Amino acid sequence: MPMLMVLALVAGWPLIKTIAYGFTDASLIDPESANFIGLDNFTYLLQDSYWWSSVWNTVVFAVVSVSLETVLGLIIALTLHAHFPGRGGLRAAILIPWAIPTVVSAQMWNWMYNDVFGVLNHVFLLLGLIDDPVAWTASPDTALLSIIIVDVWKTTPFMALLLLAGLQMLPQECYESARIDGVHPIKVFFRITLPLLKPTLMVAIIFRLLDALRVFDLVYVMSGNNHNTMSMSVYARQQLIDFGGLGFGSAASTLIFLIIALFTIMYLSVARVGRES
Amino acid sequence: MRRMALTLLLVLFCGGVVAENASLSISCGALGVELQLCQQGVDHWSSQTGVEVNIVSTPNSSSERFALYQQILASRSSDIDILQIDVVWPGTLAPHLIDLSAYIDKDLTRQYFKTLITNNTIDDRLVAMPWFTVAGVLYYRSDLLEKYEFNPPETWRQLTSMARHIQNAEREAGSPRMQGFVFQAKGYEGLTCNALEWIDSFGGGTLVNQRGDVTIGNPRAIAALDLAASWIGDIAPQGVLNYDEEQSRGVFQSGNAVFMRNWPYAWALGNAADSPVRGQIGVVALPRGGDQGHHSGVLGGWQLAVSKYSKHPQLAANLVQYLTSYAEQKRRATVGSYNPTIPELYRDPDVLKATPFLGTLYKSFEQAVARPSRITGDQYARVSAEFYYAVHEVLAGKKSAAAALPGLQRKLERLSRGGQW
Repeated sequence: MPMLMVLALVAGWPLIKTIAYGFTDASLIDPESANFIGLDNFTYLLQDSYWWSSVWNTVVFAVVSVSLETVLGLIIALTLHAHFPGRGGLRAAILIPWAIPTVVSAQMWNWMYNDVFGVLNHVFLLLGLIDDPVAWTASPDTALLSIIIVDVWKTTPFMALLLLAGLQMLPQECYESARIDGVHPIKVFFRITLPLLKPTLMVAIIFRLLDALRVFDLVYVMSGNNHNTMSMSVYARQQLIDFGGLGFGSAASTLIFLIIALFTIMYLSVARVGRES
Repeated sequence: MRRMALTLLLVLFCGGVVAENASLSISCGALGVELQLCQQGVDHWSSQTGVEVNIVSTPNSSSERFALYQQILASRSSDIDILQIDVVWPGTLAPHLIDLSAYIDKDLTRQYFKTLITNNTIDDRLVAMPWFTVAGVLYYRSDLLEKYEFNPPETWRQLTSMARHIQNAEREAGSPRMQGFVFQAKGYEGLTCNALEWIDSFGGGTLVNQRGDVTIGNPRAIAALDLAASWIGDIAPQGVLNYDEEQSRGVFQSGNAVFMRNWPYAWALGNAADSPVRGQIGVVALPRGGDQGHHSGVLGGWQLAVSKYSKHPQLAANLVQYLTSYAEQKRRATVGSYNPTIPELYRDPDVLKATPFLGTLYKSFEQAVARPSRITGDQYARVSAEFYYAVHEVLAGKKSAAAALPGLQRKLERLSRGGQW
């Protein structure tokens, strides 16, 4: 019971307050003189092309980055699962990108992406991959991609660690009988490892997906309020803080909450259907 | 609810003791030596008056600080008596600040830069005193200009042709990464400042005029933006579209650019011991738009204001008057190179000895152009965002200036509610 009370206070109250503000024209500088304006904020939001481009950016970011992180994370986890000398050290080492605060790594990558003195262009030019320096974060074609790459760099270790934990829990008997029967390793992976690892994979993916849909710091540090890369959270922050639109920003936040909830429900129901069949 | 929590915290921290003597709290920035200078100034006043003053630390990022101030003022909290505010905030925060003209003599305020006093006067109320100022300036590589026998550019067209000439010659001569001109064109407030300087120097106005009319859709503004758009990929790298102050300084200070538009802070860093371009930098006012154009530079800087919810407005106003006084600004200018807001100080031999470039930049500060934050009030952030989005599209080559500006004009007119704001 006290647990519920605490939960209601720290999670429930701000949530309800935010939803309530979404139906008003409250401003940050004077929240007390707010008027109830019904669904105006939401209808305006749904007509705002900037909002929809930020939704699109977020979905692209979430789907692409989580897919890449899952595949790469799985490969790394399988590699680390094998026995070889120095495994412990390597496991600790791959966690470094995850341990660096996002703001720091975003800024660091921003410098590496720089088109004049950035190390990335320098290396690519030396290797002959490109003829002229590319403005990675400035060009609309590569801006979102460069942010996705940083996220993959940062979060793949986390994914790999989750999956590695899952791998180590798998029963060894299946592998032993497979080895005795002389089953090809690739077949072992698809027939034994993947099905057994599925629950862990599902949890890891939903974790990351929820995180990716709320992405803020990486996008904000790397390209600010640029519409080519703006995520839903950056949009809501701009409305709420920069423009002082407490009501409108709250409406946007509420919608983000609903969209993420929708994703979760869709994902869970797909997962359940998958498990039942 | 929030106020209750704040009070509770306050009681906890103060141990429930109600101070017999008045005490003040001031929030001042903590970038570089800022906090130290503020502490020394405050301590001096404190020792003279016997009033205890606490320094409250606030976020360094100006947008975070703005959000914090808005929340503190909206809850009518008396936690902070004196606020250090950005030059574009008076319009938004004015309802929560006291009128300082009731405490500070008119003859005294006349000694300050007029643009700043006007900027800080909202509906005939002086809501803040100018503390230190900055303006956009042009940096150039004196060694390169000398090598190719150029004088610093007078107009933007001269800058364009000089930059192109030197850039191409230097690239031939073995510096493949040399750029002609770097500035701030990332989609943020910095782009608003840059673009306003181009447009104003062409005589294209400042987005919104003093009466509140939107003026951006004019041929001179279009000409200015067309010229700027032609720089991208020619004298400026494509990446400038995502550069802020530090990214452009990175290019310039590593010796990879001939010209740079930036704030005065880049001077000290560019001449630091470990800088590759140390001693090879010159600073001048930004170029004119054309023969009819004028030099321009956007006004920046920080002001001191007193909260309406302060329990000791008289004392707070006194401290503000002390911190912004001639003597204290002189100390800050000589010790920390903070640009004074009193014109007299730009002729003070001690100041000029410590920071020689202040003399050359005096005109830039005096004629600096204010962003239209005063007239647009709490809509300013929106106006600025619409402006930098439109300019960014033009610079990225997605739209021509002639196509983008009329659309921006209509958008801002709708925001302005017929010039009422």
